Parts: sequence; structure tokens; C-alpha cells
Amino acid sequence: MTCLIKNVTVVDPKNKIHGTMDVLVKDGKIADVKKGLQTDGDVVEGKGRVLVPGLVDMHVHLREPGCEGAETIDSGCRAAAKGGFTGVACMPNTTPPIDSAGTVRYILEKAKSSACRVFPVGTISKERAGKELAPFGELIENGVYGFTDDGSGVMDSGLMRRALEYSKMFNKALMPHEEDELLSAHGAMHEGGVSTRLGIPGIPRAAEECMMERDIRLVKCFGGRLHITHVSTKGGVEIIRQAKAEGLPVTGESAPHYWTLFDKDVNFNTNFKMYPPLRTPEDGEAIIEGLKDGTLDAIVTDHAPHAEANKDVEYNVAAFGIIGLETSLGLVLTTLYHKKILDLEAIIERMSYGPCRILGVENQGIAKGADAHLTLIDLEKEWIVKKEEIVSKSKNSPFIGWSLKGQVVGTMVNGIWTYQINDD
Amino acid sequence: MEWKHKHLLTIEQLSKEDIEYILETAVSFKEISVRSVKKVPTLRGKTIVNFFCEPSTRTRMSFELAAKRLSADMLNVVSSSSSLSKGESLKDTARNIEAMKVDMIIIRHSMPGSAQLLADCVSCSVINAGDGPHEHPTQGLLDAYTIKEKKGRIQGLKVLIVGDIAHSRVARSNIWTLKKLGADVTVVGPSTLIPAEIEKMGVNVSYYLDEEIPKADVINILRIQRERQDRNFFPTLREYIQLFGVSEARLKNAKKDLLIMHPGPANRGVEIDPAVADGPYSVILDQVTNGIAVRMAVLYLVSSVGSSKKVKMKS
Amino acid sequence: MKQINGLDKKGIQRLLVRMAHEIVEQNEDVDNLAIIGIQTGGAHLATRMIGVLKDITGKELPLGILDISLYRDDFAELGEGHPQLKATDIPFDVGGKDIILVDDVLFTGRTIRAALDAIVDFGRPKVIQLAVLVDRGHREFPIKADFVGKNIPTSLQQEIYVRLKEEADDGVFLIEK
Ligand SMILES: [Zn+2]
Repeated sequence: MTCLIKNVTVVDPKNKIHGTMDVLVKDGKIADVKKGLQTDGDVVEGKGRVLVPGLVDMHVHLREPGCEGAETIDSGCRAAAKGGFTGVACMPNTTPPIDSAGTVRYILEKAKSSACRVFPVGTISKERAGKELAPFGELIENGVYGFTDDGSGVMDSGLMRRALEYSKMFNKALMPHEEDELLSAHGAMHEGGVSTRLGIPGIPRAAEECMMERDIRLVKCFGGRLHITHVSTKGGVEIIRQAKAEGLPVTGESAPHYWTLFDKDVNFNTNFKMYPPLRTPEDGEAIIEGLKDGTLDAIVTDHAPHAEANKDVEYNVAAFGIIGLETSLGLVLTTLYHKKILDLEAIIERMSYGPCRILGVENQGIAKGADAHLTLIDLEKEWIVKKEEIVSKSKNSPFIGWSLKGQVVGTMVNGIWTYQINDD
Repeated sequence: MEWKHKHLLTIEQLSKEDIEYILETAVSFKEISVRSVKKVPTLRGKTIVNFFCEPSTRTRMSFELAAKRLSADMLNVVSSSSSLSKGESLKDTARNIEAMKVDMIIIRHSMPGSAQLLADCVSCSVINAGDGPHEHPTQGLLDAYTIKEKKGRIQGLKVLIVGDIAHSRVARSNIWTLKKLGADVTVVGPSTLIPAEIEKMGVNVSYYLDEEIPKADVINILRIQRERQDRNFFPTLREYIQLFGVSEARLKNAKKDLLIMHPGPANRGVEIDPAVADGPYSVILDQVTNGIAVRMAVLYLVSSVGSSKKVKMKS
Repeated sequence: MKQINGLDKKGIQRLLVRMAHEIVEQNEDVDNLAIIGIQTGGAHLATRMIGVLKDITGKELPLGILDISLYRDDFAELGEGHPQLKATDIPFDVGGKDIILVDDVLFTGRTIRAALDAIVDFGRPKVIQLAVLVDRGHREFPIKADFVGKNIPTSLQQEIYVRLKEEADDGVFLIEK
């Protein structure tokens, strides 16, 4: 199959391109990138649009196997493609969890026919129970890209030490969910003036920061590579900044809701409940600062679909997590690009190259001979997030009703459009 | 003054005028409870459900008497929050109750925000009788009523709220009520039980009860739950009593017209000494009496918004 | 709004005095009398009636004030808005008393029905008699006043307004709607 994207603004920091080009895709590869290309195949007019290396979200819950009512690999990948993602790393808190070869193979088999690439992440501990080390070697052999017990913190410091030591043999990152469960103890939102006012038990910043500091100390003492997931606090950004300054192999990620929504927005609305919780505007500022200076390497969604029954309940007992795949790029463009906080190069770094580097996924960008994973964007398009237009099986988004500027027009995976907006 | 609230969910949402209006209305209702026939026909034909998902004898009784003295039909639905979580959700239960065509639901529940959740899914009026540590509006109102009755005013009074502030809906509703009416409120308790950034609610914080007592016009003493000890909020009950138990000896420098209040049920000998609970400063039983009048006023006002048609009565 | 002929301050006082005489004539046991006025016009008239009766009998009779809002038969239909409650204060035992219930205007009879219900909730009077300054007709209940200051036939399109000096200058007015 051949496709020519004509007159499009190609932006790719790795290949040092920022200008109007034609991009020819042939048999899943990028055949050529230059002006004035011709084809007898399909032509997509790219005038006024931007073509970037395919976006990758390295923190997604696809819920399959085990919780197909909330999301499936198929529906999650279609949501990802709509959000401009050409690849997602799926978290292992499934049922069963991704702690054995069989589950990895099951997921990859299902992913073959899906709308974007799936990079499974295995558990740190067997059954994600936080007690015994999962079989890293077997999991890597079957295709996992990292390890996490996401959904739960690794409370056992001895286990975390061994996990880091053991992972050195495979050069895969540990991506722990940083939560000291004795500090977050039944908390349901950020601990502060708002939780006090609402009488909702609080989750202090220390619940994640203490674990980050422990894990960084363990990396320093025992080696291994550490990727800190969903950073929500100013202190967390600072902890990673320090670790990087010391030259430790530590990376970090955050998600758009941590700088667009805050604890004051919660007001018993369960679509504003996730772990870590929404913090304060001051934390949001620090996260943006971390994205600017590269302390935070990746923008993720922590896409966490939940069936309505688990959200349409009292706030304290509602499930943690919100969906994010379909709003992520729109939020980034609206709140960072259009406000001139991050340029496109930096956004591509945080949403494509950064995640790939941490996962160990090859990403050659928009270059002749590279795999054709591409995201086509209309930077100026204004749109409103509508519940009925959400592709994900679950609709637990706090951004419904938001108006955003910048929209995905097309997503290409291995040379095939997996999403294209209907132009009238 | 026009009352326009269909529900009573929090004091936070009420204006100063709303609060004053409830307190004024309650004055008229207090007289009914001393008549030989303690009943008026005002809410005849209205059905009110007491939906209590948490054990509470006093508040439930008080609402029940209030409803009955207004001639409403009252149904008690007592269920434990735990049985709710086993399958039937709060919303399902609420919709079932509503399908029986009731006019008002009074809800007590262990989860903050549950009264709001209920109000969002039913069409009848909802009154919050305590939602977890969030709010307990009628308690805040009856405490303010009692203070006003005894002191003639609230503006400018120095009120201490002593004890487990972190887990107390009584504290929150009292803070909102008293601050809106112009009192100077100080919360006093162990530092572990003073919740984060509570100063943002406009209160002072103190850990030293003895320093605060001589300045106080009112001390509202909260019930301390023994279970808190198990989660290390304080080491022993004995130490809690030493630091925060309100005893006669502690009150020796108190103002002569001090009011001692307690929302009940009191742990006598723990947060409050029996001699203080029964002593000259205590207005604890007045709070119970006033609770009925305040709740009658609330039922009366909320009912008037809940119904639909408007006909002017001719003399 | 037009004032009814002769019903100014003096006229109203004259009606009150006449009614007071009738009350005393028909109630031999003056010591057992008590007056209850309905908020707010009836309460003002009742207070005056106490004074007139004292001039006649030399005795200060017990006075009660009654707010009938909580006894209205139309609460369920009121919708948005509700009667603002006023004080009820009956500082004597109504049991066994000869009660004179006082109101300004008698119209449908519903207010009086509510007042009768309210009074019996306080105890069991021996007798309740009704005194009104103006009877404008159009009864909806079988209620009749024992003492009437003046009968003023009206249409349903009209209203009667009794203004007492507690509010402004006295006068009884007819209002066309
Ligand atoms: Zn997580």
C-alpha cells in the first residue's frame, strides 16, 4: 500500500526537520521525505497540518484480560489511535496480571489486529502481590518492555532492592507506582485544605515522595534503571531533578490532569479521583517546569477506564483513575503549545522519543527507511470533548465539556491509517 | 426573606441570612414542644423517610419527633453502610425509596458527599443528617440556636471546639455556622487530629486547652472515638484526658458565663468530666431540646420548596 | 383603594366599644373570659379590646396571641414560598375558659377553622365565641361570628383591608382587584 502525504509541515527533532515536505509511505515504511514527491497511490493533502513521529503513551490500562467491561485491547487501541497514539505501554494490573508468559502472549496476540502497537509491561512481583519476584527473564523473552506493580506500591523494600538488582541483567526499567500505602491509608484525594473542608480522607504528598526517595536510594546502592510514574507533586519533580543531577539512571513522567486540574475541582465528583490525586496549582506549575527542563521525560495519560458502576458511587469508595487517551494531545497543545510553554519539538520528545527510549522501543522518526508510525495534527482546530464521541468503552473523563485547541487528524501505524478524522 | 433551598446538604452552601432565618423560624417551633398537644397539622399528608445507614439514636429520634410534631408520616429505614456496599448501591436504594412517593429523605451515611449524591439522583427534598466527616448541618444550627438563646448573640463570641476535629462533621458544620454568624472560632485538639490547612476555614488552631479556656465564651466538646487510639492519633486515652479532657479543675479560670456544649453521646470521664457535663455551665440538655425545634424549622422550610403548586389562602 | 364611609379611627373604636358591650352582656361570668387575637390584625384588635373591656368592667382580662400559619389547610399547595411564622403566645390555660377569638375580617372561614384547631391543641375551653370587626361574606365553611362590628357586602373581585394604627392611620378600605 502506498500513501503520499503532500505539503505537510513535518516536525521531527531527531531528524532535524521543521518544514513543508511530502512524505511517501510504502509497504509500512517511509519511502521518502522531500518536496515534490509523486505517487499513483493514495494522496492525503497535508496543507496546514503538522506531521510528527507517532506518539507513544507509556502508561495505559487496557483492562484486558479480566475487566473487559471497562475496556478491551481493541477499544483501548482505537481510543489511542483517535488520540494520535501509535503505541501504548499497557500496565499489568489485569486479571490475571501480566506475570507470566501466557498472559503476555495473549495480549500480543490480541494486539496484532488492533489500532496501535501494544507494549506490555510485566509485574515486579508474582500475582502483583508484592511478595515474590516475577519471572523477568521469561516475561522479557515473551515481549514485555518494563516492570511495575502499578496500582499498588512495592511496600517491601527488600523486594524492590532485588527487583532493581535483578533487572540489571536485562536493561529494562522498573516503573514503580510510588505509593507508601501506610501513608496514603484510605485516602481518596490530596491532603490539604480541600480534603479538610470536604471531610474526605487525604493522601499526603509524602505518600509518593517517600517511596520515590527510597527507590532512588536503592538505585544508587544497588543499580538498575528507574522510571518514576505519574509524578504529581512539586517535591516529586525536585527529587527526580536531583537524581538526574547526580547522574543516576532515573526518568520520570506526568500526565495532563496534574497540571490542568487541582484538588479544589474535586467536589465529590468521582471523575476527579485518581492515584496520585489532583494536587494544587503550585504542584502543577512545578510539573510544567519539569517538562520544560527535561526533568520529566514523558507525558503519559495513565488512561484508567472504569465501568460506570465503579464510578457512580460515593466518592470514597469509587475506583481510582480517569481515561485520557483521547484528550491528552488536545490538552497538551491547548495548555502548553498554544501558551508557548513547550514547542512542538519538546512535545514530540515527551510524547514520542522519550517514552520509546525508556521502554526500549526503536523510533527512527520521520526518516527514509523508518517504520511508518505517524501522527497528523491540526494545531488550530478547536473542538469540544463530548461524552458521546468518546471511543473508549468507559467514559470516566473529567474533561467532558472542555473546549480544546489542536486535534489529531490522522494516525498511521506501520503504514496504515488506524484513525482518520472524517473531513466533510 | 424568602427561603429557596429545596435541600439542606451543608451549612457551607447557606448564607448568613439563610442561617438567621432558620434560627428565627425555630423560635416559633420551640413553643409547640411545651404545649399539652405537642403537634401542629402543618405537614399532614407528607411522607418523610429517615434513611439511616449509620447507627445514631439521638439524631434519628430528634428528626422523628420533629416530623411527628409537624404531623408528617415518618418511616425509618435503617441499614448499615456495609450492607449497602454489598450489592445495592446508595443510589439504587434511594431510587427505590423515592419510587414509594416520599416527599423528603433525611439521610445519615458514613461517606462524605453522600447527601449530595442522593440529592442529585432523586426528585424529592434531601436533608443531610450527617455525611461521614463532612457536615451535619442541623447540629451546627442547633448549636448556634442554643448559643444565641443563652447569650443573646453570636457575633464576637469566642468559641472553642475541642477534640477530634479531623473526623468530625460536627466541627465542620459548627465552624461554617459560627463563622458566618461572626464568632471567633478556635479548634483545639491533638496535632494529629487537627486536619491539614484547617485555618483556610477561618479558624484559629491551638494545641493548648488551658491557654484557651479563660478566653472562651463557649466550649463545644467533641466525642472522642476510642478506636482513634489504635491508629496512633494519640498514644493512650489517659494521655488524651490529661491534655484535652475538660474537667472542673481545668475550668477554674473560665468566664463565669461560659457555656459547655457537647453534641452527644458523651464519653463521660473521657473528653468531658461528669461534673462538667452536669455542672452549672452545661447546656447539653438544652441542645437536645433545641434540636427538635431547629429540625422542625428545617423540615417546615424545606417542605415549602419541595411542593409545586401555589395557592394564596383567603381569610 | 377607597375608605369605607365612617370607618376611620373613631368609627373603628366605636365598633369595638359596641362589640365589647355585647360581649359583656352575653357573658355573665366576666372573670372567666379570655381574649385571643389572630396574628396580625386580630392581635392588634384583641389588645384594644382588652382596654375597652377594662373601661367597662374594671377588669384586665387575659390576652393571647395566635399565629395560625402552621394550621393552614393549604400548606401542601403553597409551593415555592411559605407563610412567615409569627409568634404564638397564650400565657394562660385555655382549659375551661370562655374564649373570645378576635380577627379583623371574616371571609371564607378558613382562618377561623385553623384558629379553632390551634386553640383546642392548647386545651379544652368551655366556650369559644368569635368577634370580627368586618364580615364581608362569601363563607366556604359553616362558620358564623357571634359579634360583628360591621357587615360589608363585597364581590369576590374586591378585598377588604383593615389598617390599624399599629401599622399606619386607622381605617377600613375596599380594594377593587
Ligand atoms: Zn499507578
